[in-house]
Amino acid sequence: MTNKTKYTEEHLKKELETQEYAYGFYTDIASDTFPKGLNKDIVRAISKKKNEPKWMTEWRLEAFSIWQKMEEPNWANVNYKKPDFQDIAYYSAPKSVDPNKTLDDVDADLLAMYKKLGISIDEQKKMNNIAMDIVVDSVSVATTFKKTLAEKGIIFMPISEAIQEHPELVRKYMGTIVPKTDNFYAALNSAVFTDGSFCYIPKGVRCPMELSTYFRINEGGTGQFERTLLIADKGSYVSYLEGCTAPARDENQLHAAVVELIALDDAEIKYSTVQNWFPGDKDGNGGVFNFVTKRALCETNAKVSWTQVETGSAITWKYPSCILKGDNSVGEFYSIAVTNNYQQADTGTKMIHLGKNTRSTIISKGISAGKSQNSYRGLVRVNARAENARNFSQCDSLLMGNKCGAHTFPYIENKSKSAQIEHEATTSKIGEDQLFYCNQRGIDTEKAIALIVNGFSKEVLNKLPMEFAVEAQKLLEISLEGSVG
Amino acid sequence: MLHIKNLHASVNDKEILRGINLEIKPGEVHAIMGPNGSGKSTLSAVIAGNGTYDVTQGDVVLDGESLLDFAPEERAHKGIFMSFQYPVEIPGVTTTNFIRTAINETRKARGLADLPANEMLKKIRATAELLDIDRKFLSRSLNEGFSGGEKKRNEIFQMAMLEPKLAILDETDSGLDIDALKIVANGVNKLKNKDNAILVITHYQRLLDYIIPDFVHVLHNGKIIKSGGKELAYELEEKGYDWLK
Repeated sequence: MTNKTKYTEEHLKKELETQEYAYGFYTDIASDTFPKGLNKDIVRAISKKKNEPKWMTEWRLEAFSIWQKMEEPNWANVNYKKPDFQDIAYYSAPKSVDPNKTLDDVDADLLAMYKKLGISIDEQKKMNNIAMDIVVDSVSVATTFKKTLAEKGIIFMPISEAIQEHPELVRKYMGTIVPKTDNFYAALNSAVFTDGSFCYIPKGVRCPMELSTYFRINEGGTGQFERTLLIADKGSYVSYLEGCTAPARDENQLHAAVVELIALDDAEIKYSTVQNWFPGDKDGNGGVFNFVTKRALCETNAKVSWTQVETGSAITWKYPSCILKGDNSVGEFYSIAVTNNYQQADTGTKMIHLGKNTRSTIISKGISAGKSQNSYRGLVRVNARAENARNFSQCDSLLMGNKCGAHTFPYIENKSKSAQIEHEATTSKIGEDQLFYCNQRGIDTEKAIALIVNGFSKEVLNKLPMEFAVEAQKLLEISLEGSVG
Repeated sequence: MLHIKNLHASVNDKEILRGINLEIKPGEVHAIMGPNGSGKSTLSAVIAGNGTYDVTQGDVVLDGESLLDFAPEERAHKGIFMSFQYPVEIPGVTTTNFIRTAINETRKARGLADLPANEMLKKIRATAELLDIDRKFLSRSLNEGFSGGEKKRNEIFQMAMLEPKLAILDETDSGLDIDALKIVANGVNKLKNKDNAILVITHYQRLLDYIIPDFVHVLHNGKIIKSGGKELAYELEEKGYDWLK
């Protein structure tokens, strides 16, 4: 007689494989999609479609010629077949979007899709006190709460509209934090970005609600290149959330976004991401290539916190960073990255200390399962002028099963004698003794794993706004457990 | 309540339990004593359903139902509790959160709704008071950085919260000084009633000064070689185990 209750890594592996991506539906909405391929004409056509001013078109064309001379980076700890950039459509829009829409005019199919995504716009509006922008494929389809925000002088709108309505702000700041020349994907994004969010918080204003953007890739064979620009003027405060999903497809879809944050003197920005792009199936087919450049500039006494929960994408290449330019500025990075099956993530941050008394904190939690590879890559650079700069980094990895990998690549460059830099790293495995202990208390293995993972991730989950923390917690459970038979 | 019949169990084909027979009735306290390697901890692990051990023969029956086909969590739902000799740490999960999950999972298995938050809180407060536990202690991560005594008190706290039919205390006295031992034993005594039963597994007699057993069994080489009343424990303390072998 053998005891059927013995829990092995084989069981764990099976459980993890049988999970399915809950957001993998495709909504059949008539859409207006450009032919595949990329050249100057396509760039011009995107600009024209958006009815952009000449300076914007020129800016894009310049980015395009920079991109043409660049090569795709291959230093990250990820392996994939490089995308064919001529086999992607660079613009796709649901047909029924009218630029002058209000929420009541939004296409019924689109609304049904939001419902599937678990977003009821009405509810969001009323209950969560979240102003929300939704970007499907390449265009922004609804921005809620515009009026309430306008009363405070807060601008929150699709970047395509901001280019029309606030060209002075867009021109002043766009590309200053992530220049066109920054990297291959940033250059590509600068040439072809189609939509994204723009946000400006005026001096001394505390944004009364969470601002939120929801990104969705719907159409096949398309890429998504959104661009987000967020400016917190002196002494202002804003908390911003973004969420992402995509249909399950057996092809790889490219997502190359750029996010630029500017925190002027005494301003504070909290930027939270729950990224759940389609990760590919259990055999590693399909999934989103998520190549994203996110960077923040902190002026004197400013503070920027990046919080990310990354459970999706086949390949993730993403390093939300802070340039701590002003004295006493603070940068924070809190991250949970979950990889399962054949997912590969190379993610981390850069903290560049330029000003005096600048402080940064990095808390990175990597959870690897299946045959996935999860890498933390982080740079802490302290320049000579950055007296008394301080950094604390903590990188913890949790392994599930024995076919996955966790890697840590910390880079520390210090030119200041008075700097204090600390780095801690741990790697652990969910032990059978932990699982048995939970089982003995009446908690089954699936629930036990969720409990242990949540405990492991808690320091980061705690940084998320309440309503997002609950969602993120659920997402972690879905990503790691699946349906156990 | 619990009926162990001719129980044989092995690990990696090595037989450790070689035919255990034991009957425990409601309201009784049984003590299993024995030298190191006699199979004491294996017995508790097998009752709790630890998959490391293979049951090769015999049965463990709770209230007329064999436990062997049930997973450890199902056995817990049926009222089996084991206080671990080495309780594990779960970083980031508070004792409160852990016990709340354990109680609600057990309730779910019994077809009951979650215990409402205010009632849960009431129960936690009352139990902490009963066992003289500082509630701050309950918001720390489970067993992380706890002293030996704190870990064992935490086990008794969980036992009190879960109200099991049968509580197995596996070497609960190991690593405790006399003060901690008294506190833990007092806790157990407060929880004892006519409907539940306690199985104390221990190497030394000293715990039995505080938790008075109705029956004492000596385990040697995977078999119970002698049973008696509480006086047997003193005899063992005096003479050691060798005279029985």
